[in-house]
Formats: sequence, structure tokens, C-alpha cells
Amino acid sequence: MSDMIKITYREAIKQSIRDVMQKDERVFLMGEDVGNYGGAFAVSKGLLKEFGAERIMDVPLSESGFTGAGIGAALAGMKPIVEVMTVNFSLLAMDQIFNNAATLLHMSGGQLNVPVVIRMGCGIGRQLAAQHSHSWEPFFAHVPGLIVLSVGTHEDARGMLISAMESPDPVIIFEYTFMLNMEKEIPADSGAVEIKKAKVLREGKDISLITYGAGVYKCLEAAEALGQEGIDAEVIDLRVLRPMDEETFLNSVKKTNRALIVEEAWRSVSISSEVISRIMEKAFFDLDGPVERLCGVEVPIPYPKHLEDASVPQVSDILDKVKKMLKP
Amino acid sequence: MEKKKKLDSKEGQRLLQQMILIRRFEEKSAEEYTKSKIRGFLHLYTGEEAVAVGVIQALTEEDNILCTYREHGHALARGVDPNAIMAEMYGKQEGCSKGRGGSMHLFDASKNFFGGNAIVSGHLPLSVGMALAAKKQKKNNVTCCFFGEGAAAEGEFHESMNLAALWQVPVLFVCENNLYAMGTAIKLTHSMQQLEKKGAAYGIEAAAVDGMDLLEVMEAVEKALKTIKEKGQPYFLVCNTYRFRAHSMFDAELYREKSEVEEWKKKDPIPKFQEFLLKEKLITAKKITEIEKAVDAQIQESIEFAENGTWEDAENLTRFVYSETESI
Repeated sequence: MSDMIKITYREAIKQSIRDVMQKDERVFLMGEDVGNYGGAFAVSKGLLKEFGAERIMDVPLSESGFTGAGIGAALAGMKPIVEVMTVNFSLLAMDQIFNNAATLLHMSGGQLNVPVVIRMGCGIGRQLAAQHSHSWEPFFAHVPGLIVLSVGTHEDARGMLISAMESPDPVIIFEYTFMLNMEKEIPADSGAVEIKKAKVLREGKDISLITYGAGVYKCLEAAEALGQEGIDAEVIDLRVLRPMDEETFLNSVKKTNRALIVEEAWRSVSISSEVISRIMEKAFFDLDGPVERLCGVEVPIPYPKHLEDASVPQVSDILDKVKKMLKP
Repeated sequence: MEKKKKLDSKEGQRLLQQMILIRRFEEKSAEEYTKSKIRGFLHLYTGEEAVAVGVIQALTEEDNILCTYREHGHALARGVDPNAIMAEMYGKQEGCSKGRGGSMHLFDASKNFFGGNAIVSGHLPLSVGMALAAKKQKKNNVTCCFFGEGAAAEGEFHESMNLAALWQVPVLFVCENNLYAMGTAIKLTHSMQQLEKKGAAYGIEAAAVDGMDLLEVMEAVEKALKTIKEKGQPYFLVCNTYRFRAHSMFDAELYREKSEVEEWKKKDPIPKFQEFLLKEKLITAKKITEIEKAVDAQIQESIEFAENGTWEDAENLTRFVYSETESI
């Protein structure tokens, strides 16, 4: 067991970027304000000085243009990390991601690889109102050809990018801006992580809490509190939203016989919709009760703190829901 | 004209052969479409041959080429196997994209031929990225990106021009202005119809040329490539041309007068170049007949190749969504 170190989510991401930049000359970071400004969220602060402007490239506000250029550079043998400042602006790059990155391998009959990694901040929690608080993981997870990762823990913040850089196919990485300042302990030698599987973060026998992204620490906190009350919850971080690893959560549900899905994205046509469908298809007869879910309320995210908080599941909502499910 | 002096008999005949091949290949494609051998969208290049042939003859094998969905001519001019192109349009797995792409998505990585891109202007950012990669890799190649005047109204055109100039990357933007974005005339789509003037806004050197005249195109592209190589800057070449046939096989051509088409047919680039070769004694009438016969035989062979091609087993349906290699 290696030593543990305290690290913020921001610093963990930054170290992962440094690692891949140092390891491979083909890697470069391009995005709005990644260089001179130090990153909109200070993730890449200092990297311009360390690696120079050739490898830490500030780009104009042309999401489609620079994302497409990243895809093109990947086609031509480079390994770009494209930072789309936040998912909120990613719709402007959606054509490039969906129509080019996700299709070129297929359209070319397997001739062209697109080893681009596209990172974007996302989520709610900073009172940024309707246009800057989106949880659009489901949009991206809908598209065959993309690998979609959700960074729900500090270990994944430290390691997911490193693993994603090895992928021959386009990877979208969702980072949660709300978590940037959050400090946690991770093993000092943390590095590359597996990026094909979901992960059981806490074992339990009474109910499976299946979640991703900003829901992960909330579910872990809820599970600890439930433990005090004699409810043993298992917590699963989906991590890979596409291609989805169903084996991990199906095995869990087969063991606990109950499942609650927790996500911040809007309820309809969401990740939870997909998870629940697969449980119905493949673990229905293992269930002791209906699968339930806590999702984002279907409203453009409002500005006031109390309304923003009410828009997504909180730890207290998870506690209430689990207790209702187990002790009706 | 400098180019006229330089053109020898062998090269002149090769270029004429290419234009005739494109013309007859397209005619045959239309015929196969009416027989339902080719399906989907089929966009024919008839009338615009001098542009692809004139530009591509000046490129080296290392140069990258990206095209639109009206790209059969470019693929042929690039030397992509006509058999593989026809098989692709038939949807056979012997096609240049293993049948997955069809008419709009011809790819041949071995020829640095990158499609066949069917979202108008979506490939412009890719071309900038490929050129950026070349610059980073200190390669000496140029990326040549063909698009129509319709694409020049898209945001991605402007983003790409800006990025290419900002980054000083070796891209040759070739606008094939055929006066209609599908069925909408340029006067209804561009406030500034002298498209070459748009280069100045980005500090990009630009020129317009008669795209119905092979020799004019050749001379213009020579100058463009010289500028790109000497200055390490992008170049914007507008080739004013005209498509003799409909936009696609579904198009009833309600938006233009037959007389207009007839007027443009008088500028047909093939007879024009043929007359030049005859006048300069670079070819004989007998040789032209031989070329035509050889082209017909080649096209017949491509039809037979496509007919004899095989359908991919539906069990393979989900191939090429993700790479079959683990890492890159």
C-alpha cells in the first residue's frame, strides 16, 4: 500500500496533463484560455511556461473550428487534448464531434483513427444559471464511436486522461467544475486507470446506488450515513458512460436486489433511463422492488442558490429515497 | 502563359485522360443510379473537371486532400483505383471505404485522400488541423481542402480561415464556386460574391480563376503552392466553375434556366483543353480516340469489378465503430 497524498481535483487533473505532455511529444493542449490565462478554472496554470506556446495553445473562441482542428491533427499523427472550456459551449462543436470524430473510422472502413481527447468542464453548483450549468453527458453518451468518461473521483481525475491518451478512438472526458477545489486523499503513486469498467466504490448488500460524476461523492456520503442506520448500500461509479459497462451494475443488482440511480442530468432520456432499461432487460427477476431514480429536475437551472440546490439530487434526497425503498 | 510552355505531350495527354475519365465515370454512375445499382445521394462533378484535375496534378503524394460529397472526380484525379470507387458506390466491401461510405464518403488513406465529407464546411477545420500537425511535425506537405461556395457561408469556413492564418499553417483552400448551393444561387447566399475578397479579412492571400480552363487552374495553383511553401501561409483559391448536371439525382433543377446551362456548356473544359493540345500539336485526333476507348474500357472494368464485388456479412455490422487495435 503506497502512501496517501492530499490533492485537489484541479491539481489531480493538472498533474495528469503534465504526465502525458512529458511522456509523449505528440501531445499538445489546445483550448480557450488554457495558456496565458492559466485555464478558465486554473487547471492548466503554469503549463504554458513549462511546455511553451507550441504545446499549450490558446485558441480563439471558435469551438467548432478548434475542435475540428484537433480532430484533424489527430488524423495526421498528433495526440491533441482539446479543452472545450465547458460543456455549455460544446454544442458549437457538436458537428465536429458527432459528424467527424465519431464517424471517420466507420465511414473510411476502418482506415482512419481519431485519437483525440476532448475534455470539458460541466455540471451545476456555482450559481451560474441556465446557460452555464448543463449536465449533457447523455447527449454524448448517445453516440456510437465516442468513448465517454465521467470523472467522479480524484483518482480518476489523476488517471483517466493518462489512459484516454492511449485510445485510438475519440474520448470525451467530463470534469465537474464544482469539484475542482475539493480535496481528497489518493495514493501517492496514482496514475493510469482502467477506462472500460464501472467501479464498485463501496460494497454493500442492501441496495445498489448507481451513479456517476457529481453524484459519486454524494452517494458515498449517503451510504456512510445509511450505514449508521444499519442500511448497507453498495455504491457504483459508472465512470464509462459509453460504451457502458453493464456487467458491474447488473452483478451488483443481482446481489442487492434493489437499485437507485442518481444523476444530475435531466431525467428524461438520460443515463439513468439507459441503466434502468438494462436492469429491466437483464436483472428483472432479481429485483425485490421497483428500480427508482433521482435525477435533475426538468427545468433550465435557476440562479438562486436554494433553487439551484433543489434542481439536482442532494445527499438528503438520497437518504430519504433509500429509506422509503427499504422500509416502505 | 508559363504553364503552356512547360506542358509536354505526355503530361497533356495524361491530364486529358483524367478529365475524360471523370466525365465518363460520372455519366456511367448516373446510368447505374437509374438502374438502382447505386443508391443514396449521388452528386456528379460533370463540368467541373478542370478544377480537381488542375489542382491535384500540382500536389505531391505526401500532400493531404479533403473534399466534399461531390468528390468522385477528385478521387479519380488523385489516383484512387476507379474499381474501388465504383465498388464503393455499389456498397460492396471491395470499395475504397469497404462499402461503408458510398458515393459521399470515398477514402483512401494510402493516397492521403481524406474523403468524402458530407456536412457542408465540416471538413475545413479538419484540414487546418492536418496542416497544423504537419507544421508541428516539421513536414513539408500541404493540405488541400476543396469546398463549394455554399460552404463559404458557413461559420466553420470563417473559423477555419482565421485559424489557418493565425497559426500560419500550410493549407490550400480551394473554393469550387459553381454558383449554386444546392438550388440557391450565390446572389441569394453571399453578400460579397467575389469570394476571393474574403481572404483579405484574414490576411490570407487569395485569387480567383476561371475554373473551366485547366491551364488557368494549373497556373493559379502553381502560384498558390509557391506562396504556401515560401511563406508558410495558407492560400485561398476560388475556382469559378459550373456543374452541368443537377445537384444530385433527386434534383429537378427548377432554380435555373436550361439556357443558362447551355451557355455554360459552351465553356466545357474538356473540348477546350483538347483543342489546345491539338493546336499545340501535343496530341493527335487518333490519340484522343485511343484515350476515349481506354477510358471506356477502364470504366467497364470498374462496373464489372463492382458487380462481382461482395456484400459484407451483416454479422460485421458493428465493425469500425471502435478500433480493433487497443492503443495508438
